[in-house]
Amino acid sequence: MTMNISRRTALKTAAAAGALSVTGMPAMAAPKHGGTYTIGMSGGNTSDTWDSRTHSDSFMINMGAGCVFETLTEVSSAGELVGELAESWEASPDAKIWTFNLRKGVKFHNGKSFGADDVIASMNMHVEEGAKSAAKPIVAAVEEMKKLSDHQVQFMLKSGSADFPYLVSDYHICIFPAGQIAEAIANGIGTGPYKVVAFEPGVRAMVTKFDDHWDADNRGYFAEVEQIYIGDASARVNALMTSQVDAINRVDFKSVKLLDAYINIDIIEVTGNMHNTFPMLVGNAPYDDVNVRRALKYAVNRQEMVDKILLGHGAVGNDHPIGPANQYFASDLEQTEYDPDKAKFYLKEAGLSSLDVDLSVSDGAFAGAVDAGQLYQNSGSAAGININIVQEPADGYWSNVWLKKPWCACYWSGRATEDWMFSTAYESGVPWNDTGWESERFQSLLMQGRAELDTSLRGEIYREMQGICRDEGATVVPMYQNYVDAKSNRVEHSGQTGNLWMLDNLRSCKRWWSA
Amino acid sequence: MNNVAMIIGKRLGLGVLTMFMVSIIIFLAVNMLPGDFAQALLGQSATPEAVAAIRKDLGLDKPIHTRYFDWLIGVMQFDFGTSFAKANFSSYGGTAAAANFGTVADQIAPRFANTLFLAAVTAAIAVPLSLLIGVLAALYRYSIFDRIANISTLTSISSPEFFVAYVLILLLAVLNPVFPSLSNIHDGMDFTQKLQKTMLPALTLTLVVTAHMMRMTRAAIINLLASPYIEMARLKGLSPFRIIVFHALPNALAPIINVIALNLAYLITGVVVVEVVFVYPGVGQLFVDSVKIRDIPVVQACCLVFAAAYISLNLLADVMSILSNPRLRLPK
Repeated sequence: MTMNISRRTALKTAAAAGALSVTGMPAMAAPKHGGTYTIGMSGGNTSDTWDSRTHSDSFMINMGAGCVFETLTEVSSAGELVGELAESWEASPDAKIWTFNLRKGVKFHNGKSFGADDVIASMNMHVEEGAKSAAKPIVAAVEEMKKLSDHQVQFMLKSGSADFPYLVSDYHICIFPAGQIAEAIANGIGTGPYKVVAFEPGVRAMVTKFDDHWDADNRGYFAEVEQIYIGDASARVNALMTSQVDAINRVDFKSVKLLDAYINIDIIEVTGNMHNTFPMLVGNAPYDDVNVRRALKYAVNRQEMVDKILLGHGAVGNDHPIGPANQYFASDLEQTEYDPDKAKFYLKEAGLSSLDVDLSVSDGAFAGAVDAGQLYQNSGSAAGININIVQEPADGYWSNVWLKKPWCACYWSGRATEDWMFSTAYESGVPWNDTGWESERFQSLLMQGRAELDTSLRGEIYREMQGICRDEGATVVPMYQNYVDAKSNRVEHSGQTGNLWMLDNLRSCKRWWSA
Repeated sequence: MNNVAMIIGKRLGLGVLTMFMVSIIIFLAVNMLPGDFAQALLGQSATPEAVAAIRKDLGLDKPIHTRYFDWLIGVMQFDFGTSFAKANFSSYGGTAAAANFGTVADQIAPRFANTLFLAAVTAAIAVPLSLLIGVLAALYRYSIFDRIANISTLTSISSPEFFVAYVLILLLAVLNPVFPSLSNIHDGMDFTQKLQKTMLPALTLTLVVTAHMMRMTRAAIINLLASPYIEMARLKGLSPFRIIVFHALPNALAPIINVIALNLAYLITGVVVVEVVFVYPGVGQLFVDSVKIRDIPVVQACCLVFAAAYISLNLLADVMSILSNPRLRLPK
């Protein structure tokens, strides 16, 4: 995000610096209202519902939080946190008590007006008895919710969390009408700028403009949006090229050049937080030795992987999980380069002259993982590291190989905040710490950063933590994988798209307009 | 006629037995695949606790024979159950969301209707076309027409379906935009809209199935042309067209009907690739998606539908060939 802001600050100053709409978009050509927006989207399932707790893939996230529902806060195209249903928020100095001022005059699609009760009821959906919501940990961290007035809610957290307003932008935590939640889940009733017309799970969804929306002039410009589930990558490209749809997500890297040659098609490519990893279980020799881990980090040719596996649609990683879409991404942290001599040096430090290791890979881990393993094998041999590639079946990979084999391939889509990412997979003792690596300094910084409200101090804390991961951690992060989407010139956007998630953070229906 | 009724009765009985066997084989096969629904659904987040929780919710922790017979008893009462994916999502929260989840039958019915629609449109084009080409090819056998008909149909059947599909898209959607390349039909469309959207996949499938039917028609007719009664007809001075259509064709119907039935069954059960390329919401895609996540109730129901389609079409073909052949119709 930091990287993104600087790129954009230049843009902004060049244009009119003050002309920012509520969503934080630079006001370029004035958006037009009306028109139909058709999207060819991957990630649909016949089991899809309007229950945002179950949303896990692009089709429903785009239809849920991206059209029909709204969240308290949202991450703008520029990567800034802005209010959606919350107008403003403030924290107590220890970041334990958060007060949210809610927007007034907001209506649900069924005419009910929105208020504090809806927020509390919607949050409670995630911690209900038996609920399996992916956002459960976020809401479970709230000790108590208090309704201060009809349009003010206070959250008392169990421990300080400076990221709390970020966390409630999560697409799982959509706001439903209190007392009518079951009905809202059945029919898709939210406060979003579009209301549901037709929904066939795993096939298509159709929504039209909701005229009573609180910000109908500035978000949700289209008269209607149709989203079609197209699972096959070539079928998506084909649909865009034959003008059957206006935008598609997940463009196959091989088709990018072809699409780019079309004058009326724009490729939208951003580097976000999605990254590929090779985690080592430090409980197993030789990975318990930090020098072996360092040797392996110097033995991978990252640029070659980006060029050959991602066909250039990515960026080299630096062995930590924080990406360019994160607020405190340390882009100036010194990059670990491919250096067989240094790798040899660290092997010697570990008392070894050569190293024989097994690397478990499968294309079920990430597309191209087997080839990436072979590149690793090749670059490692120059440093006296003999990597034996073990091909594992893609079926059951996450149950039988990941977290079980000493060294394997893996991927992470990344998280919106540093704390969220670290505490998901790097904190001591959490179930998804896929290396078992622990560091006292890292752990204390994690605790310190979590409750720190001062942004510059947080920046330093997270910078140091990224450095610790790079130097001591047990995960090799060779590359970030870009989000590559495409749109026709029948639809337009502000000139900037978000990099947290594909297709303008899956908010294109709310932010883009017909040309 | 009693004879026909007896054959139908026997075959239906055998059909039910076949479907029972199919269901056992599919059930065992899906269970032998590595990973189960819980693991496939959770993917990277498959912690042992989460997997165990989902298995318990769905009854996947019970032994395999108990699960099979539970399912079988349901099916005998025409209850195909609820798909694992839906059952699992409905247990996500205490809200009354569960009431809104349909059964497997509700899930398959609209998809199957779409599949039948595509098969019907294809058959309406392919069957008359291949009969016509077959008859003409027999009539003008070894002529240029015959050779061209043979070579072109054989070429189209030898090309992979997705290739034929993309060639058609290039010709009829990109270069000459006659038909849309997306066949996302839905209930809101009227018949002509649906027909237009279905045209490209139907044409693709026509190219795939025509060769088989056309060549069988040609071969069956040519076989008969050497028989004495055709010689007789020819000596009477009948026109070659009349000889073929009125004298040879009725006697060649049995093998032709069999081939048509086989191809119709293929149109119902084997068109996944075409569905994927044209984004056609048929039952094939549902089936593949369900196998991917090991959603056994949906997989089983799809298999039963497929098996039923094969069995009934084969039965229909046999009955038709008996009816078209007086020797079989009136046994001694």
